[in-house]
Amino acid sequence: MKIESWGRYPKVFGTVHRFDNEKTLHSIVSEQKALIAYGNGRSYGDSALNDNIVHTRPYDCLLAFDETEGLLHVQAGVLLSEILDVIVPKGWFLKVTPGTKLITVGGAIASDVHGKNHHVEGCFSESVKSFRIMLANGEVVTCSREKTPELWRATCGGMGLTGIILEATLSLKKINSQYIEQTTIKTKNLRETFEAFESYAHMPYSVAWIDCLAADSERGRCLLMAGDFKDDGDLDYHHKTQKSIPFNFPDFALNNWSVKAFNRLYYSKVKERVSYQIVDIDTFFYPLDAIGHWNRIYGKQGFTQYQFILPKETSYEGLDEILAAIAESGKGSFLAVLKLYGKENANYLSFPMEGYSLALDFKIEKGLFKLLDRLDTIVVKYGGRIYLTKDVRVSKEVFEQGYPQIEMFRKYRKEQGMDRKFQSLQSKRVGI
Amino acid sequence: MGYVLIVGAKSDMAKAVAREYAKNGYDIYLAARDTEMLKPLAKDIAIRTECNVQLLALDILDFESHQNWYAEIEEKPAGVVCAVGYLGEQTAAQEDFPEAKKIIDTNYTGIVSLFNVIANDFERRKEGFIVGISSVAGERGRKSNYIYGSAKAAFTAYLSGLRNRLYASGVQVLTVKPGFVATRMTAHMDLPKHLTAAPEEVAKDIFRAQQKGKDILYTKWMWRWVMLVIRSIPEFQFKKMSI
Ligand SMILES: Cc1cc2nc3c(=O)[nH]c(=O)nc-3n(C[C@H](O)[C@H](O)[C@H](O)COP(=O)(O)OP(=O)(O)OC[C@H]3O[C@@H](n4cnc5c(N)ncnc54)[C@H](O)[C@@H]3O)c2cc1C
Ligand SMILES: NC(=O)c1ccc[n+]([C@@H]2O[C@H](COP(=O)([O-])OP(=O)(O)OC[C@H]3O[C@@H](n4cnc5c(N)ncnc54)[C@H](OP(=O)(O)O)[C@@H]3O)[C@@H](O)[C@H]2O)c1
Repeated sequence: MKIESWGRYPKVFGTVHRFDNEKTLHSIVSEQKALIAYGNGRSYGDSALNDNIVHTRPYDCLLAFDETEGLLHVQAGVLLSEILDVIVPKGWFLKVTPGTKLITVGGAIASDVHGKNHHVEGCFSESVKSFRIMLANGEVVTCSREKTPELWRATCGGMGLTGIILEATLSLKKINSQYIEQTTIKTKNLRETFEAFESYAHMPYSVAWIDCLAADSERGRCLLMAGDFKDDGDLDYHHKTQKSIPFNFPDFALNNWSVKAFNRLYYSKVKERVSYQIVDIDTFFYPLDAIGHWNRIYGKQGFTQYQFILPKETSYEGLDEILAAIAESGKGSFLAVLKLYGKENANYLSFPMEGYSLALDFKIEKGLFKLLDRLDTIVVKYGGRIYLTKDVRVSKEVFEQGYPQIEMFRKYRKEQGMDRKFQSLQSKRVGI
Repeated sequence: MGYVLIVGAKSDMAKAVAREYAKNGYDIYLAARDTEMLKPLAKDIAIRTECNVQLLALDILDFESHQNWYAEIEEKPAGVVCAVGYLGEQTAAQEDFPEAKKIIDTNYTGIVSLFNVIANDFERRKEGFIVGISSVAGERGRKSNYIYGSAKAAFTAYLSGLRNRLYASGVQVLTVKPGFVATRMTAHMDLPKHLTAAPEEVAKDIFRAQQKGKDILYTKWMWRWVMLVIRSIPEFQFKKMSI
């Protein structure tokens, strides 16, 4: 069966295994040579791809909800969107959520995802009390930070390479409204953008959209959106109806000019330097989910997202150099998202570190990987790293230089026999 | 609104149907051979919707048990949806009659045995709805699955007759004919994307069609036209084909 992830590159032919109970999964894990978990396929690259995948989506039951303590026990295939439908009307929200709610809890743990509030709440694993996981020998263990610290650090951010996560208990955040008070700050260049991040660091949520084709003196100009939940008691949360991109866009639809025009429009629509809005949860946290299959606008060949992070000390210089390189290459990025991160956690392969991260979408085309290789050298030079859950092409060398705990991860996988049982195309490429 | 009885509740389609009815305010009976396996789903539905969920153990092949089994249900259901089915192995069924019999009994005889009991109750009460999940495979026998297909054809004819009989009592009978659905039954197959429905889509279609009082539902909708074409191929041509 043809399997792909969000970037739709590469497309792989493989066998899909499904389970709806531990016994079935046990036989799959013991019979197959090597496999990898596949959640909702919202990773961009080849983290969840291989000839043998274990489809976890059907394992999607909510098992217990403690409405007074804000604790939720779920099977790992459930989507964050399904969780929100249940918890928001009761005055709870996820402590950590990425920019899409269409991911599974298993995928959120395996990529140790983060949201607009990383500087306050950290990564997704920080909101997990414990999880159950099936290991390489088919044994199911309950893992917590305190009881099994090594397994915890290897699994959270471990890209499915330690086992199949079966269940998790999440601790939730209390809210009093489904609305967010948002402040939008328009900046003129990278210096102003950095200053805006610093001065709005007290806000729990913040993220910036960068116009990455703006050159020279305007380089790094952005719209920074910062916000927090309101307190008005309105919790009447409903899904919006989704529009969908019905077919692949032809190649010419997304050339430099259209990207540039889009960026111009987006940026120029906002007139004031600082403006205020009241927006709902879906608009604030999940703007892209409003358009189903938006990955089709990149055409049949697919696309990738290049996301890196740089330590705070080198962020300004590094970003300036990278933005210059992109502007010079003339390759458009439809979306460029910048964010300031808080302290890093102890997990071996979690992406965030204290500093700035930029995420850029690029259509797969000739010359792209050469540009990304060039950006890699800049990232490495400034002590940064690449986000595995978005990646489809980084080399072993570049990857290793960004993750100083990689040897501990490798050693642990080997000791536990995980290295032969759980493999993705990505793990083989970067040698983990 | 009362209970909806979901038979074959472990199937992916049934799970989605149960969630859909619960979301719309019904209480749910989940029936399957192994009720232990249904516990997570029962909790799930209760958390998502706050409706009542009860588990019932039922083997569709245990014909003799059906009368008593239904009699023991205290609050009789407002409607029933049956998702029981068994695709089986066509080649094994050709070689080995017990496999053929299992296919026929699971998809047809067993459900007739159960539906007879339920239909009599609904007829007496002059209310209720009966939803049978048959298949487009019942519309034309193909070499790759004609034992299964013929059992589904029989089931479709049964539902049609039942509808005719119960019309006078105001009981609705809905025949559901799914094309391809991405479930455990088809997990090993490479299905064409555009013709394949997700179980949740099927569940929404079923709920909508049932509430509107429809008789026959193709899901996805284009299967009505696909089957129209397939049915219209002359037999002398069809017998040479491999579809
Ligand atoms: C529009 C969009 C916005 C995004 N925004 C953000 C963001 O703001 N922040 C961020 O951090 N990420 C973001 N992401 C990335 C996304 O959150 C991650 O890729 C996430 O891991 C996807 O989860 P999934 O369930 O789709 O898993 P998949 O993509 O199917 O798998 C991802 C990884 O998780 C592993 N995995 C999945 N399920 C299990 C399991 N049960 N047990 C063990 N391993 C498992 C897989 O093996 C694979 O390595 C975004 C993605 C999109 C498409
Ligand atoms: N998937 C498709 O493409 C497709 C297409 C057309 C029609 N259909 C029909 O749709 C319905 C649902 O199928 P599905 O795709 O969801 O497949 P499924 O998961 O295989 O569902 C079949 C269900 O029937 C139950 N069952 C089998 N034998 C039984 C018995 N003796 N007693 C009680 N229950 C029994 C199974 O229970 P256990 O879990 O206990 O085995 C299972 O829950 C079936 O009628 C199928 O024929 C499916």
